[in-house]
Amino acid sequence: MIKGLALLSVSFILGMWAGELLGSWLGINANVGGVGFAMIFLILTKEFFTRKGWWKGELEFGIEFWNKLYIPVVIAMAASLNVKSAISSGTLAIFAGIIPVILAFIVFYFLMKSFKIS
Amino acid sequence: MEELIKIIDKNGLIVAFILVGLLTWLTDIFSKKILNSKIPGSAIAIFLALVFGYLGGVFGKGENGLADLGLFKGLALLGGSMFRDFAIVATAIGASFLLIRKSGLLGLISLILGILVFFAAGVALAWAWGYRDAVSLCTIGAGACTYIVGPVTGGALGASSEVIALSIGTGVVKTIAVTILTPILASKIGLNNPSAAMAFGGIMGTSSGVAAGLAATDPKLVPYGAVTATFYTGLGCLVCPSLFYIVLNWLL
Repeated sequence: MIKGLALLSVSFILGMWAGELLGSWLGINANVGGVGFAMIFLILTKEFFTRKGWWKGELEFGIEFWNKLYIPVVIAMAASLNVKSAISSGTLAIFAGIIPVILAFIVFYFLMKSFKIS
Repeated sequence: MEELIKIIDKNGLIVAFILVGLLTWLTDIFSKKILNSKIPGSAIAIFLALVFGYLGGVFGKGENGLADLGLFKGLALLGGSMFRDFAIVATAIGASFLLIRKSGLLGLISLILGILVFFAAGVALAWAWGYRDAVSLCTIGAGACTYIVGPVTGGALGASSEVIALSIGTGVVKTIAVTILTPILASKIGLNNPSAAMAFGGIMGTSSGVAAGLAATDPKLVPYGAVTATFYTGLGCLVCPSLFYIVLNWLL
């Protein structure tokens, strides 16, 4: 269990590092795609371990636990968002927060349609 | 009683497990018994959590929603960026690298489209509300991307603190809107497969909103949406205060 968790943690730290490096290389003070890099490292590690025959169910259990914990984390995150100040910072914040989202849903709909045709 | 309060105060994270567990339990029963599972329990739980976050803001007068009240402070740790990102990475264990690679181009196109749509719409709305200077317009447009791109852009351009606060508010409203609208609209817009989830993550961009929305829609899609959404904030921080600001300045 702890070995799987350690693999997940190594992927996480390396991915975040890559995101931080890419950010400073681009000259911006932000992590660019750290989570994405970490996910790709984790997937590649799993591929490699499976090919070598090292991947065991017991290893996956440590990662699976965190996978399952994901929705509870999101619920906790939602409860600790600054919802009140977001809603009360003016009508512009509400409109500029919602209208582009609706536009984006429409753009998504047409993007998916055009990608199916091509 | 005094002893119990002391224990609760000392073990915030553990208390957060109890709170979230209890909420999930109740919403699952509500979803199954009363709604015949038409709306997933997790979607109701996330929505209620937002309502609690609002109430927490009303009573606690802080910045962390419900987590500003002593009894609930562990929620800020459980729902903080460290656990959030760690759990998102863990979801990759159920993702297929082949599928991600296959939809890489679609993901890239959707990222660029997404940032353009949100920035342009944000700027247009700020214009309609009477803002005319390029710095404020750019900061609010960036806030429409995510609540991180807004303040990063505003800070880089030297926007007023009022405009920066507005851009953060805009970004948080966006996260909430994506969280609530995704499970409602998913079936109507064809958001039901890994490729679509990758494009969706790229267009919507807010990692928290995309991940929460997809979790409430179909947890299997979460890693695909997250893998593109995670590049959105970084890309936004890159282009909003530079390229977009220059174009905006030129247009005015």
